[in-house]
Amino acid sequence: MMDQDFWTYFFVVLTFGLYIGIAIWARAGSTQDFYVAGHDVHPTINGMATAADWMSAASFLSMAGLIAFLGYGGSVYLMGWTGGFVLLALLLAPFLREFGKFTVPDFVGDRYYSTTARVIAVVCTLFISFTYIAGQMKGVGVAFSGFLGVPFEWGIGIGMVIVFIYAVLGGMKGVTYTQVAQYVVMIFAYTVPAIFISLIITGNAIPQLGFISNVRGDDISMLDKLNEVVTGLGFGAYTETSKSKLDIFAITGALMFGTAGLPHVIVRFFTVRSASAARYSAGWALVFIALLYTTAPAVGAFARLNFINTVNDATYIEDGEDYDASAAAIVAEGGKPVPVWYKDWEKTGLLSFEDINGDGIMQYRGPNAPDGIQNELKPSNDIFVLANPQIAQLPGWVVGLMVAGGLAAALSTAAGLLMVISSAVSHDLCRKTLFKDMNDKTELMVARGAAASAVFAAGLLGIFSSQLGFVAQVVAFAFGLAAASLFPTIFLGIFWKRMNREGAIASMTFGLVATFSYIVYFKFVDLDPAHWLLGVSPEGIGFPFMLGSLVVGMAVSLMTAPPPQEIQDIVEDIRVPGLRRTLAVAQEHTAP
Amino acid sequence: MQDKTEIDGKGYWRAVLRLTLSLLAIWFLVSYGAGILFRDFLDQMNIGGAPLGFWFAQNGAIYVFVALIFYYCWAMGRLERKFGLKG
Repeated sequence: MMDQDFWTYFFVVLTFGLYIGIAIWARAGSTQDFYVAGHDVHPTINGMATAADWMSAASFLSMAGLIAFLGYGGSVYLMGWTGGFVLLALLLAPFLREFGKFTVPDFVGDRYYSTTARVIAVVCTLFISFTYIAGQMKGVGVAFSGFLGVPFEWGIGIGMVIVFIYAVLGGMKGVTYTQVAQYVVMIFAYTVPAIFISLIITGNAIPQLGFISNVRGDDISMLDKLNEVVTGLGFGAYTETSKSKLDIFAITGALMFGTAGLPHVIVRFFTVRSASAARYSAGWALVFIALLYTTAPAVGAFARLNFINTVNDATYIEDGEDYDASAAAIVAEGGKPVPVWYKDWEKTGLLSFEDINGDGIMQYRGPNAPDGIQNELKPSNDIFVLANPQIAQLPGWVVGLMVAGGLAAALSTAAGLLMVISSAVSHDLCRKTLFKDMNDKTELMVARGAAASAVFAAGLLGIFSSQLGFVAQVVAFAFGLAAASLFPTIFLGIFWKRMNREGAIASMTFGLVATFSYIVYFKFVDLDPAHWLLGVSPEGIGFPFMLGSLVVGMAVSLMTAPPPQEIQDIVEDIRVPGLRRTLAVAQEHTAP
Repeated sequence: MQDKTEIDGKGYWRAVLRLTLSLLAIWFLVSYGAGILFRDFLDQMNIGGAPLGFWFAQNGAIYVFVALIFYYCWAMGRLERKFGLKG
């Protein structure tokens, strides 16, 4: 571990230095720079930044492990978190870019000619972003405490200082270019071990192909083998799920529409030059995301198979014993010693073994084990990605790179969220609602102040929420709320000219209140799935409520006065790129 | 008063909606369709060593999503040129 500690410090210090360097180089000089990086980021670069912005600590560390345990049930994350980009590209991003403002509440406030609508959108934005950022800061704390032996709170503190430097100094411009660097660190750290694991399990160097190949040196496909092994231990088959089709459908929907409605993702498309660039940018973002997201199910399946092969029925070696001597003795007796990587990672608490039957052997079993043996092993979701380099017997520096990658994933998402929080406060709340005569220079100062306070609040939230321990549950909030409150209002604002102020206020309020109450009720009050509405879990409820919110918005609009003519003209303008300019030119020509 | 130099915004928007709807139909078919609703039927077939429906849910749908967005970019560029909106 000595060697490994060195490499972990090396990569963490190196990457943090890089991020700060970029921040100093890309300082923001105006509110335009600070909010939208001057509207001048190249579509491919923005795609890469969007991918880093989007893929959080959860995507990087937990998703493959989650899929390893859920099997087919994990597909909801894969389809949901990528399919949302199709909705963004086709329904929202280019039109919002054509509208040409700074923030999501900006669009809502102007399109619905209403300060009330703007303030409700600010509330939705802040709620979604703070929910999301708590998990990121917690991830930073875990990475520092688990790998560098730094106390959890200190870890969060270091993360806060780094994000503070580049978000407060550089604004969106600094965040964009650090996110590009963070994407490169992240994808390298993820794919290198995946390639080696794929080679070990299937003999194919490309994980996506290994996923559909045979087990190395055997005539059975990797997935068939996995099904055979897990059902033999009493788990459900890997390619099946215990969830109902309807629930799988609803969760996928909530994640897709939630993705499309997340403010920190939408604003990334405000940083490019035109509607056309916004479309290409969404395509590039999905390419960069797909690189990780098509690797993840392969990593999940390989890791599950490898975990069972190497750890199940292995003989445990206590911490005090000489590992090499004990392992040799176990092998001599025809047994299988606990692998070295297991002993290394056991210290982090991500793996635990309880010898229930007292035979010294580590039995890993599902709920319906045919041999009736009780399960003695509890691996956490995060262990599979983190332990991959060692399982694949890669050198110590790859582990250091993984830690830097996990931190990059958490910090890049946290920074994107901070930008959204600060602009919602400084631009929408202060300049557009409370102090309308504020000038650009003051607004930039307020934006920096808001970003600084948001960093502080997020850090406290990270510490506080991890003590309460329900971060995983509240993530459903972010997606459900984004799907049911922001997505319908933005979508109808572009595609339905008749949508008016009253409809938008009703639709957002319905989505916010209904989703909030449902999730709180079924996550904290009544935990019985039998009482779910139509059998849809709190994770998936954003989807039916998104549809409900569309209906409410349209019904209320039809019952009230249509929006003023100039608003309808604005909608025409954002649908047709360059129309405003073209019309102006046409009039010049026809003028006498 | 219709001016000849004025662009056909309505025709353009109709074409955009047609394109968007057909692409969303494919988007729905590969994810909710192949990956969830018709999965059991598709699983009778295999792609390599993976059941087809399962593969669509975990890998295939994502590839199609990427292709959809780039096709959309290309098709929108063509529409903009056709209606004289480029510039």
